[in-house]
Order: sequence, then C-alpha cells, then structure tokens
Amino acid sequence: MSLIEVNNLEKTYYSDNEEAATHALRGVSFAIDTGEFVAIMGPSGSGKSTMLQMLGFLDSPTKGTYTFKGKDSKQYSDNEQAFLRNKEMGFVFQAFNLLARTSVLENVKLPLLYSTIPESQWDAKAKKALKAVGMMHRLEHEPGQLSGGEKQRVAIARALVLEPNIIFADEPTGNLDSKSGKLVMEALEDLHDKGGHTIILITHETATAQHAQRIIRLRDGALESDTKTKRRKRATTDFAK
Amino acid sequence: MRITHQFTSAYTALKTNMSRSLLTILGIVIGIAAIIIVMAVGNGAQSLILNEISAFGSNNISVDPGRRPSGPSDFAELYTDSLTLEDVVALRKEENVLGVQEVSPSVVVAETATYENETYRGSIYGSTDFFLETFSIDVAKGRVFSDEEVRQRANVAVLGYEAAEELFGSSNPIGEKIKVNNRSFRVIGLLPKTGTVAFFNFDQLILVPYTTAQQYLLGIDYFHNIIVQVKPDASVKRAVRDIEETLRELHEIDDPDKDDFNVNTQEDAIESISVITSALSALLVAIASISLVVGGIGIMNIMLVSVTERTREIGLRKSLGATRRNILEQFLLEAVLLTAVGGVIGIALGALISWGIAWIMQNFVAAGWGFAFPISAAIIGIVVSGVIGLVFGLFPARKAAKKSPMEALRYE
Repeated sequence: MSLIEVNNLEKTYYSDNEEAATHALRGVSFAIDTGEFVAIMGPSGSGKSTMLQMLGFLDSPTKGTYTFKGKDSKQYSDNEQAFLRNKEMGFVFQAFNLLARTSVLENVKLPLLYSTIPESQWDAKAKKALKAVGMMHRLEHEPGQLSGGEKQRVAIARALVLEPNIIFADEPTGNLDSKSGKLVMEALEDLHDKGGHTIILITHETATAQHAQRIIRLRDGALESDTKTKRRKRATTDFAK
Repeated sequence: MRITHQFTSAYTALKTNMSRSLLTILGIVIGIAAIIIVMAVGNGAQSLILNEISAFGSNNISVDPGRRPSGPSDFAELYTDSLTLEDVVALRKEENVLGVQEVSPSVVVAETATYENETYRGSIYGSTDFFLETFSIDVAKGRVFSDEEVRQRANVAVLGYEAAEELFGSSNPIGEKIKVNNRSFRVIGLLPKTGTVAFFNFDQLILVPYTTAQQYLLGIDYFHNIIVQVKPDASVKRAVRDIEETLRELHEIDDPDKDDFNVNTQEDAIESISVITSALSALLVAIASISLVVGGIGIMNIMLVSVTERTREIGLRKSLGATRRNILEQFLLEAVLLTAVGGVIGIALGALISWGIAWIMQNFVAAGWGFAFPISAAIIGIVVSGVIGLVFGLFPARKAAKKSPMEALRYE
C-alpha cells in the first residue's frame, strides 16, 4: 500500500458562467511511497498546483479517487483533514506565507498551536526545527527583517516542526536568487536524506526538479511522463562552482 | 486551543491597525460612557431629591386638605376648607394620636410685602413658631413669635434672608415695620441664609402667626396644611392611622375613599420619588443603549474588512492544521477583545465625566448633589460590551471559518 494513490483524478473549476469550465486535471493516476523525493513538473497551467492542493487536502477532487494512507480522501471529515494537514503534512509555499509582525520563533510555533503537543515543549521543538535549517541566529527577528532565502528556510522549519510524514514544497525557490535557492534545496535534500521525510516538490524548472529521485510531468492536466531521475543533482555540487 | 497564544495573536492583529481599532471601538466607548453618565447623574439627582425630602424630618407627618391626588396633575381639591382649628385641637391629644409631640397648622398668603418704597413678593406663611423647628431652622437675629403672640393675633413677622435684604438692604430690619395688605407687621426675627430645604426656599419666607394671617390677611378659618410631629421613638405608621381615624370621626366620614384630607410622610415621598427617578433613569439608559447597537454594527463592519484582508492568513492557518473552530475562536476573540477594551475605556471616560458633572453641581448648583460611581453600571458595561463583541463578531468569524484553505491561499 502506497502512502499516496491517485486514480483518474479530475478537477474542474466552474466559474459563474457555466459554459466556462476549466479542466485543471483530466484523469491523472500515480502512487507515491513513504520516503520518496518526487518532483511534480510542468509549465504553468499544467495542473501541478491543483494536484498539490488535492494531495494536501486543501481542495477536493471533482472525479476520481485520492487515497491517503489507504483511506479515500472523501472519508476524512473536515476536522480529520485539518488534523492530517497539521500532523502528517508540512507546506512550503512560493510566497513564504509567514505572519508579518510576528517573530520567527512564533511563526514556527504556529502549527504547534493547532496540535495536541503540550505548550511546555513548544519552544524546544520550534528551536530544533530552526536549527535544522540554520536559522537559530534570527529567533526574535520579524519576517520583514529577513532575506527571501531566510524567509523560506523559516517556512521550511515551520513545515517540519511537527515532523510530518510529507513535506509539500510549492515552487520553494521561485522567488529566490540562485544562492538562496541553493540553501533552500539543500535544506529539503537534508530532510529527505537524513530525516527520511517524503518530499513532494512542485516546480516548473527542470534544474530544480533534477534534485528529486523521480519526476512526474504534467501537461494540460494530464500525466505526460513519470520517470526516475538518472543523474540526480545535489545542491552542494550544483551551485558551488 | 492555547488561549494565551490566541490572545497574543488577537492583540497583534489589533495593534497592527491601531488607529482603525481605536476608531472602531469609539461607538462602544461612547455608548458605555453614556450609560455610565446617565446612571451616575440619575443617582446624583435622586440623592439630591432624597436629601431634600429627608430635611422634612422622618417623624413629621403632613396633613393636607382634599382627597389624595390621583396623579401629578390632580389639584382639584388641594385647597378646600376641610382642615379646621377643631382638627388641630383633636390631633394635639395623646389619646387620639399616640406619641404626638407638636401640631402646627399653617396658611399660605398670596400677597406682597412693602417697606417704604421697596416691594417684595415672597412666600408669606401663617404658622406657629414650630414651623421653623420642623426644618431645624433657628433665627440668626431677634426671636420667633411666642404662643402668646399667636393667641393674641400679634402683628409680628420673621423675615427670611432674601426678604430682609430686598426690603431693607444692609440696614437692620429688627423693630422696623413692613406692610402686608395694608396691615403693619413689626419685624422681630431674621433667618440665616438657608437656601432650599425640603423644596421650600426659606430665604424668601415671611412668617407671621397663623391667627393673624387667617383673620386679617385671608379672612378664613381653615388651614392649608397641618404638620404633626410625633416623638422620635413613636411609630409613624401608627400615628398616620390615628390621624386618619381622628379626622374621619370629626369629619363624619365612613368610607376612606371619600376622605377630604390626605396624610403624607417622608417615607411616602421617598418611595414615590424613587419610582419616578428610577423609571426616568431606565428610559435614559435605554436611549443610550442605541449607541451601543450602532457601535456593535461598526465592530461587525470592521471585522468583515479584517476577515477579507486576512484571507491569506486564514488559508495559511488552515493549511497548518487549524480547524474551522480554531479560526472561529480566533476572530471571535478579536471582536470580544476589541469591544471589551472599548467597554473599559468607556467606563473610565463615563466615570470621569460624571465625576466632573457632580463636581460642577456640588460647587455651583446644588450642594446636596451626590456622586457615587455606579458599580452596577460598570459591571453592566463590561458584560454588555462583551456580549456585543460576541454577537456582532459571530457573523464575520463564521465567514472566516468557512473559507476553503485553497481559495484563501490563492487570494490576492
């Protein structure tokens, strides 16, 4: 049994005008196992972001099935979905989505707020996550005082503070210069290689996708290819020339 | 849910838009302050009125002619000739009224007093020396007329402070003669500056023996009022019953509904005044409450704006595992915090303003004005503002909680 199984997944967006339906996904099937590092690739409009929303329980499919941990996504209640997002998944967004005017430490603590972990352990857990991404020196800074790369590393710390099974990274390097992007990719690789986390990376850049073990390519809402990466790139060799 | 973190996040959100938050709570501040002021001023006015009534000693009973007025505008039988000297004599007897100490009849004369070229329109009363005693007032100069002078229908008068000043200026009036209705009265006593006691301005008083007033000024043999004083340890209730029974017997009345007199005590007056002032306060509080509703709508409006502005934040929180309930609680807490702060500021502002009003009243208008901070109003203020936060915050909070995480994250 795979961690994630999608079968003929379809997603259609309807606007107010019923004729103008957008078919974002048109029957996609694949499976992802625990511990994989997968990149979902494709040009804009290919449906890769929609796929991430389905997988992350941020939206529900129109047709087809999404099975998470052997259970159909439709079987999870609202609160169970919230619990899964909290405990099993971590999200890293292109736009960082850190809370403004809130310290780095408090931002990282945010998922703990919605967990069952006692408050006495929050500080230690948040600091452990920040240490893993090398952001211990910025605990009391606010996001406005950080560089883009630093913000994204804080966002990664926030995603892994509850040690989730899966980390979803939606264009994590999209807003970053190459040097910062390298540090972020390094952090993600570390999570996979050392932490054993399942990483699902959404990107439109081939170079970034090459860091994954496997690349799922989407085009116009359909699966184009699903291949193992032959020569996997490493952040340490890729950028440090 | 971790309440301290919820508070921190609500506080941060409100602080971020400090000026907007302050403007939003202005409606609540004004509403709560208005209620506090109305209640404090109402209490002050009530204590002023009750102080006036208390000046008419609690062991004094007032007997007035005519049946008991059915309402404030019922003057129909206020001045009838039903109270006579015979009544006064009967009421003076201990066997008729248990514990009776003094009985003082009085009449009102609607006349002007003159001295040389000066004319003064004051309150000319015909009574006994006891009239002043009832209100614990003594002469500043000279003396009050004696029982003997009352019996002899003496032409003597005691002047209130203002009456003396208007007629005589700075010169000493004692021994001088004033004229009322072409009759000369020798001034024998002068009252100190007293002001208003029990709603009667003693500075305007010209007091003469009732016998003289009845015979020479009015040409009547009845009274406009009789004051019966009972001993301090006697029962006022018992005395009231005794007076009623004595007068009914004398006036040959079987049915209490046909009484041609009415008996009033300080206690009665306090009771009826309290009812009136309380009703008035309740009305004013109700009017002031309207601004609270308007304030609540302001809160709802700004919370809706806040929910829209923070759509991305809601999406993020949901993606991190927040349930609908978490989001609902967060926005509700913000609304309640907002209104509670408004309530506290309103209470402080209201207390300050009503204290200022009390200070002005005490120093420039009426010394008897009381100031007591209405604790009940403060409690009501905090509870009401909290409830307003809950009620008007619920709709925006529900709207926030219902947002789908994906839609919220996408929102630009």
